[in-house]
Amino acid sequence: MSEFFSNPAVTWTLLTTGGILLVVIWVLLSLAFLLLADRKIWAGVQMRKGPNVVGPFGLLQSFADFFKFVLKEIIIPAGADKVIFLLAPLLSLVLAFVGWAVVPFAPGWVVSNLNVGILYLLAMSSLGVYGIIMGGWASNSKYPFLGALRSAAQMVSYEVSIGLIIITVILLAGSMNLSTIVEKQSGWIWNWNVFGGGLHNLVLIPVMVIAMGMFFISALAETNRPPFDLPEAESELVAGYQVEYSSTPYLLFMVAEYSNIVLMCAMISVLFFGGWNPGFPTGFLASWPLFLANLFLALVFFAKIVFWFFMIAMAKAIVPRYRYDQLMRLGWKVFLPMSLVLVLLVSAWRIFGIQG
Amino acid sequence: MALPAIAFYLLAVATVVAGLLVVSAKNPVHSVLFLITAFFSAAGLFVLMGAEFLAMLLIVVYVGAVAVLFLFVVMMLDVDFAELRQGFAQYLPIGGLVGGVLTIEMIMVAASVVAGGAAGKNAEPLASPVGVPNTEAIGRVLYTDYVFFFQLAGLVLLVAMIGAIVLTLRHKPGVKRQNIGKQNARTPKTGMELVQIKPGEGISE
Repeated sequence: MSEFFSNPAVTWTLLTTGGILLVVIWVLLSLAFLLLADRKIWAGVQMRKGPNVVGPFGLLQSFADFFKFVLKEIIIPAGADKVIFLLAPLLSLVLAFVGWAVVPFAPGWVVSNLNVGILYLLAMSSLGVYGIIMGGWASNSKYPFLGALRSAAQMVSYEVSIGLIIITVILLAGSMNLSTIVEKQSGWIWNWNVFGGGLHNLVLIPVMVIAMGMFFISALAETNRPPFDLPEAESELVAGYQVEYSSTPYLLFMVAEYSNIVLMCAMISVLFFGGWNPGFPTGFLASWPLFLANLFLALVFFAKIVFWFFMIAMAKAIVPRYRYDQLMRLGWKVFLPMSLVLVLLVSAWRIFGIQG
Repeated sequence: MALPAIAFYLLAVATVVAGLLVVSAKNPVHSVLFLITAFFSAAGLFVLMGAEFLAMLLIVVYVGAVAVLFLFVVMMLDVDFAELRQGFAQYLPIGGLVGGVLTIEMIMVAASVVAGGAAGKNAEPLASPVGVPNTEAIGRVLYTDYVFFFQLAGLVLLVAMIGAIVLTLRHKPGVKRQNIGKQNARTPKTGMELVQIKPGEGISE
């Protein structure tokens, strides 16, 4: 037995599986409370109380909703393509969670330290559109299909500008490994990429602040959040691609959507706001036990994620919905040329500017 | 060593089976979905070879963008399956010819590899030089040795893009178009006119 466990392949498999389980459980638990926070913030802006019945302050509301969804009957429309209809929410959920594999929570706390981590994240978020488009098509109904087509066009459009903005960060960090990108932003707050990534790059502040803003807006569009929630615009399409879904498949879609949103918050924190770096030198952590030090840094990272989730929730509460042609115009005629110019400016500065 | 072998056989079988199903599936939407599976498993094979940059590019470009547009078009088309199958016998000779030529070529390549021709010099094809991440290796080759070919490929794509736009761009006269700048610059002063109407006279233009 001990021989079996000393085999490096076995230990690697067990450790990785354990890491994956930890991350998935942690993300799912956080989602339960972030979902409640989303509803509470939305309610607060509209001067309502929000969910406040289940548990103290309604804290257990998400769990009650979970049981309600799971215990209901799954209804499959008669004309639906059954396999694809059920595969779509599963695919959405899986793709929403595999992205977390490369997110570094603290030094060394990452499931897979991929050296093209940022491209992997981009690839997984670009795959997310399949869950929606498959669900919309397999429902064999008008509204879901229209919602799915809208969503596909929207996500493909905004992926382009997200990709270009990510290139500016890659140019600053000189690496596609997310852990390396975060480590480059350690130290004082001006080392964060949103401030140009170091004192010698301070000139880049306007460029990177614009890049950050555009990334945030593109993230809203990419995750189909208001004000860009046209795939499920209830005034036109009832609920878009989710119309025919009930019970657990609907729950899977919803969990996937929120997981994607939180993943985008994590991406903004990692790419522009220093990931786990608190904004001041962390030399004092050297005397702490390793676990506690990493826990402190991970908490800093979570605080940033929660802050960006709050911003996204506020955007939902405050901003009215875009019209579809305005959305496409913003994506192709404003964001694409602007992000191209940003890439040009940053790469010119990296070659001709002050070297760090 | 066992894990990569298991992963290779799983991915290879998935790629081949998905490829077969692309041509044999009755529903064209299913065909596109199997095509995506094939792309995805091929990306997995790239990762196993140590070419993770190419794998990610394959997913971002082909699966994330090209195949989405495929799916988009195939879903929008109203395909008549009976009509599609009618031309099968008619196209069989030329299709068979192309297939046969491709098969012979592949057998020849495989035979030459087995005889120690193509891959004979290096025992194992390397994704990148040792110690250099393959993103950097590709970048160095692409932007130094082959920079003119790279630019040329870019130009070809640009020409194709402009061609597509020119073919589809039509300026119909008499169509009301939006002018976003004009709309945004509208103020109450330019948008409204206050008219004093005298009783019993109405408004004359």
